[in-house]
Amino acid sequence: MTKETFSYDNKIVKWFAYATMLWGGVGMLVGLLAAFQLVFPVLNLDLAQTTFGRVRPLHTNAVIFAFVGNGIFMGVYYSLQRLCKARMFSDLLSKIHFWGWQLIIVLAALTLLSGFTTGKEYAELEWPIDILITLIWVVFGWNMFGTIIKRRERHLYVAIWFYIATFVTVAVLHIVNSFELPYSWIKSYSYYAGVQDALVQWWYGHNAVAFFLTTPYLGLMYYFMPKAAERPVYSYRLSIIHFWALIFLYIWAGPHHLLYTSLPDWAQSLGVVFSVMLIAPSWGGMINGLLTLRGVWDKVREDAVLKFMVVAVTAYGMSTFEGPMLSFKNVNAIAHFTDWIVAHVHIGALGWNGFLTFGILYWLIPRMFKTNLHSKSLANTHFWLGTLGMLLYAIPLYWAGFTQSLMWKEFTLDGTLKYQFLETVVHLKPFYLLRSIGGTLYLAGFLVMIYNLIKTIKSGNFVANEEAEAAPLDKEYVSEHKEHWHRWIERKPVQMLVLSLVVILIGGIVEFVPTFLIQSNVPTISSVKPYTPLELQGRDIYVREGCYTCHSQMVRPFRSETARYGEYSKAGEHVYDHPFQWGSKRTGPDLAREGTQKLKKSNAWHFNHFYDPTSISPGSIMPRYPWLFENDLDIDITEAKIKAMQTLGVPYEAGYEKVANDDLKKQADEIVADLQKNDIKAVPQKEIIALIAYLQRLGTDISAEPKK
Amino acid sequence: MKFINYLEKISGISIYPLISLLVFFLFFGLLLLFVLRTKKHHFREVEQLPLDKN
Repeated sequence: MTKETFSYDNKIVKWFAYATMLWGGVGMLVGLLAAFQLVFPVLNLDLAQTTFGRVRPLHTNAVIFAFVGNGIFMGVYYSLQRLCKARMFSDLLSKIHFWGWQLIIVLAALTLLSGFTTGKEYAELEWPIDILITLIWVVFGWNMFGTIIKRRERHLYVAIWFYIATFVTVAVLHIVNSFELPYSWIKSYSYYAGVQDALVQWWYGHNAVAFFLTTPYLGLMYYFMPKAAERPVYSYRLSIIHFWALIFLYIWAGPHHLLYTSLPDWAQSLGVVFSVMLIAPSWGGMINGLLTLRGVWDKVREDAVLKFMVVAVTAYGMSTFEGPMLSFKNVNAIAHFTDWIVAHVHIGALGWNGFLTFGILYWLIPRMFKTNLHSKSLANTHFWLGTLGMLLYAIPLYWAGFTQSLMWKEFTLDGTLKYQFLETVVHLKPFYLLRSIGGTLYLAGFLVMIYNLIKTIKSGNFVANEEAEAAPLDKEYVSEHKEHWHRWIERKPVQMLVLSLVVILIGGIVEFVPTFLIQSNVPTISSVKPYTPLELQGRDIYVREGCYTCHSQMVRPFRSETARYGEYSKAGEHVYDHPFQWGSKRTGPDLAREGTQKLKKSNAWHFNHFYDPTSISPGSIMPRYPWLFENDLDIDITEAKIKAMQTLGVPYEAGYEKVANDDLKKQADEIVADLQKNDIKAVPQKEIIALIAYLQRLGTDISAEPKK
Repeated sequence: MKFINYLEKISGISIYPLISLLVFFLFFGLLLLFVLRTKKHHFREVEQLPLDKN
């Protein structure tokens, strides 16, 4: 058959590579700011836009969706064309995809810093951006499948399977978790409440790790590692098992983020079992990656690309060993809510995603610019700065996590808690400082890479369209011998997509259906009532300021927690929480029972504490919130908020939305009158009053429950 | 629009996890069978795809 000539589009790869470098720098810099804020609260700058609660979501979103996101597209657009022996389906779609994704990133940065957030981790973006993400994701899928369909290579290489599974699963995750009811042009309430919201969110959250940070990068590993080592993957057999086992098992594991919470026990157990099973395919993949280097380990000494890749795959192995261990309930009881988890995710982010991206960039840029890397020794410097940075980041945080947990759980011989929460925070500051220095080293290494790559780019000539030739596929495929069913799937992209979809839906459905449908899974508590309009407004401020980034609202059923916070949290207490605010980290204390007799502080305490936390709690690292004392509460929106809640099933009386503001003002006046008694002159219209009302309400419902 | 608790009970819900476990093992049984029975030369061919200079 005559060969056709065509060209690969390198321009789009170059753009995504540049975006990866730009947003990587931004994401890490923002992360560094957040890290230093935990040591020096003055770095919050007393501005709403630069305060930790808004900066931290910007950091996580920037690193996941901007840095790793662009890294995925860079790698996919390069490898897919080569593996399919075809140019991308449409240059126009490529451009729309690129600029659309960058627009999403910019909008995300602006809205998150402005306080527009859904309050659900890693899914903080509000509904208009969610819609935009969906559209751009479809463009990506369209372009990818278009390319696959016009390919000149019959067999779909295993990397492409990972890309297909990524596309379909991210689509499902994003749509299901983004069900929200808008009440203004930019704000919405989560469609789900409490336990259900938590289950959907962590099914999403865990699988964002799985299908955004892992599967596409495994695809990249299966393409770029053989490229860099110049030898095929160790075992193609193993890669097939790796792929199917990984996508099947991952989707079930979300509930391990909710162990010992109010999630029904059976769902927790399912999460544990599947998380433990996950170690098999994950390590299968790691071993497959590392053994690809069999016989060429001498090259690893010389070649920076391979060094980065080896550490990346090793970090993947470490994270995926640690993950299942953390899913055991007894380990989780120690690690959850502590800095251990932060260390764990950074081994994944800095090691696996970061280092694999760097390895690919060092390999890709010289090739696209037809030149050699500017400096091998600078690449080696980067490698060592990055590796040391990672160690210096992670080790202090592992130490901090253990320390924190042990201090929380320590009792005196009299049977009382040994440490105040604040004592544990103060104790951790040196660890936070070390971690920040580790992060600085890592970023310094990154900047060395940027310099090295810019020099490389300047010394080369970019090949925008790389010429290639290949024979087209026969119209009719005739198998040489009787074909096995999996071979049939291997050359059929649509079948691959459908089967991947089926495989990932099984886990989700089995977990969701009973939790949503069977009443016994969320026992109702008659004394739990909807929030008053002022409390609801206060809750929205709590969400806006990202309080959940440091405070949990989930008392686990441990003696050390009930002694500190009071009665453990019940599923039925959260039925009106759109969104749930259980949190995942306790940099500050749990707030689930903040309003109860045991923990109750006066309105004056909260007032002063928000103005300057250290004036009340010396050594506290909580930021100041001066703008809450200046901003007027927007009460024009109360009606829309109550209406939205009614639509979501919160039992406000019909017509209550019209009179809600009367109740709101009355409650605000009461709080102001109480503050007056402590010689504090406050204005009822200010946002701080609503936030105090919300905090005073927290956890009080079940105290009102009639004793049996 | 209220999403929660339409039904009190789904009869026979306990069979769901069992079915999914069966699906899981069946699928992997077949997969394993395929992987082990497929001739080496097929894998030899496809694993070269990233290295193909064309």
